[in-house]
Amino acid sequence: MFSLEGLTNSLQQWLAANFSAGWVLVIESIIVILLAIALFAVLGLILVLMERKVAAHMQIRLGPNRVGPQGMFQTTADTLKLIMKEGLTPDGADKFLFNLAPFVVMIVAMLLLAPIAFAKNFQIWDINIGVLFVSAVSSISVIGILMAGYSSNNKYSLLGAMRSGAQIVSYELSAGLSIISIVVLTGSLQLSDIVASQQNGWWLFKGHIPALIAFVIFIIAVTAETNRAPFDMAEAESELTAGFHTEYSGMKFALFFLAEYINIFIVCAIGATLFLGGWMPLHFGNLQGFNHLMDYIPSSIWFFGKVFFLIFLIMWFRWTFPRLRIDQLLNLEWKYLLPISMLNLLVITIMAIMGWHF
Amino acid sequence: MYTETQIIKSGAPASIAGALDGTGELVINVGPQHPATHGVLHLVITLNGETIRKIEPHLGYIHRSIEKMCESLSYRQFIYVTSRMDYLSSHINNHACALTVEKGLQLEIPPRAQVIRVLMDELTRVASHELWWGAMAMDLGAFTPFFYAFRERETITDIMEETCGARLTMNYICPGGVNYDIHPNFQRRVKDFIQLFKSKIHEYDELVTGNIIFQNRMKGVGTLSREDAISFGCTGPVARGSGVSSDIRKLFPYEIYDKLNFEEITETAGDSFARYMVRIREMHQSISIIEQLIDNIPEGDFQAKTKAVLKLPKGEFYSRVETARGELGVYIVSEGGTTPYRIKFRSPGFSNLSALDHMARGSKLGDLVAMMGTLDLVIPDIDR
Repeated sequence: MFSLEGLTNSLQQWLAANFSAGWVLVIESIIVILLAIALFAVLGLILVLMERKVAAHMQIRLGPNRVGPQGMFQTTADTLKLIMKEGLTPDGADKFLFNLAPFVVMIVAMLLLAPIAFAKNFQIWDINIGVLFVSAVSSISVIGILMAGYSSNNKYSLLGAMRSGAQIVSYELSAGLSIISIVVLTGSLQLSDIVASQQNGWWLFKGHIPALIAFVIFIIAVTAETNRAPFDMAEAESELTAGFHTEYSGMKFALFFLAEYINIFIVCAIGATLFLGGWMPLHFGNLQGFNHLMDYIPSSIWFFGKVFFLIFLIMWFRWTFPRLRIDQLLNLEWKYLLPISMLNLLVITIMAIMGWHF
Repeated sequence: MYTETQIIKSGAPASIAGALDGTGELVINVGPQHPATHGVLHLVITLNGETIRKIEPHLGYIHRSIEKMCESLSYRQFIYVTSRMDYLSSHINNHACALTVEKGLQLEIPPRAQVIRVLMDELTRVASHELWWGAMAMDLGAFTPFFYAFRERETITDIMEETCGARLTMNYICPGGVNYDIHPNFQRRVKDFIQLFKSKIHEYDELVTGNIIFQNRMKGVGTLSREDAISFGCTGPVARGSGVSSDIRKLFPYEIYDKLNFEEITETAGDSFARYMVRIREMHQSISIIEQLIDNIPEGDFQAKTKAVLKLPKGEFYSRVETARGELGVYIVSEGGTTPYRIKFRSPGFSNLSALDHMARGSKLGDLVAMMGTLDLVIPDIDR
């Protein structure tokens, strides 16, 4: 049966047999870096195309269908165009920060790929504080956005960045609390442990209604954290033209664009890992035949299937809902989501102590 | 008041620090190129954080002196220039001009022409409201309604294209009637459209009207009291949203509107949501008018017999119609020649825009798009 685990193991053995331990580490690092960058590019291309196709079919049109079969190379062509464009730096901009900002946003997105378990035993870095690492690093991206908005010397950018700062800092709390509720149930911060704990059922099902509430809050909070509609305050096309990246062009703009999609992928991967069992197949208690059948589907397909389902949900939001206003957005977080998730965490903690979950 | 140099300065380097010189206020220029203004409107907005302190509209970016141009065009020609004012209700603009000329000539319009004119008016009104609905939802950040609106609007423009030969600036009306008879397919296609509209209109409510985010964005936003609506000279759905009865079709009926069975829609709340509901409900009323007329188009001439060169007697003539945006008045001063001596259009957009500053003070920047959306501004109608 196809599995990424076998692939990595045989590579490891081959390298260990032919090189010294130091060289094995160097070669493996290079392979991992190349793979991460490749995944980055491929994900960017696929997700942008997916968004355009999803949007098109929701809007009674066909979407890109000229470049390649079914428009599959449209995003590649767009990327080539963006690479060839001139990256303008406006007069009066803080040049250092202006040019640094897209890379900050990008590097944060890249760092977040490290602890994600893509398939069974296929993980770059199985750090024992995986969940903490994710929530800590993901909050750095707001610095990149603030830098971009502040250094552009554009009032729209400044307003967008300030909105984005308020928004990301607020919604980090709810996202963090709903992540913690799963950590409480699992008793571990390590992502591989969290996945392993869902061997006989996903937390979404095992954790009764509180887990469901945590999942819903998580989805709302990460939609806001990644600045996606209906929470796209930072861009708010009809109010602030393009918000914090108004002044960016060419590849620097593309980096922001790419980072947005990679961030969506990452938060959905975290959501799938915490609530939908990561790469674990779907199992129902006593249905042996069904469970065996599910085991035949490779774990990587399970993982990416769940992640893309969540990504589709987030895209669905974007193309359905109108945008919130900034004060409504903050009210929603501080007056509703935060109290609810705190209460929910309390209920889950009691549940975990009493052992009421399955 | 801002002088021109101040406006230019406010976009220059170091202005971010400069604008915050102790007052805590930030001046931003929304427009003349901006996604929310739908044209070349230029708003100079004084902000305190996200809160709007003051809005100052700067007009004239698309001023083409249509009124002056009309003075050198004959009474047959000048009608078609007005298609370019409020291009979304171009047919109704033409109608207003034709009515004024006919008033001067004291022409009797054949009943067939009257019915065709009213039918086209109402189709134009529905098309205009459809576009407004899509564009307003897009301003609020929902992109999908725009395509839903265009699905229905396309069928109307197709009908227009078949009968009038054009999709947007129809130029179908002439003094004394209409330029040519309706296309043989007209009645069938209008009936098809009514069916399509009725089968799809519930999607509008499901997608936008009932949405909790949308209602929160609209309710209590940009409230305009009844007194203010009157004193700012607001007309059309903006005035009716504040409870002012202002439908010219009811108050000063022209053509056959007094024989038709329809309601004047008014809401009392005066906020953006009320203006939104007025337009949605008006679409239903227009459809009902079309239904009443489509099977009852009388036989006969589609044009009254007129002279080749029209001369209005010396005097002043005024007529008004209800466009999709409000009251359009056409005022002609004639010296007895073949061209008007002076012409003046009272356009609804200009008066409605004047209420924007009053509405917007103290609300958030995000509310501005909701207010501008429900004012339904068409910039060439404001500037002319």
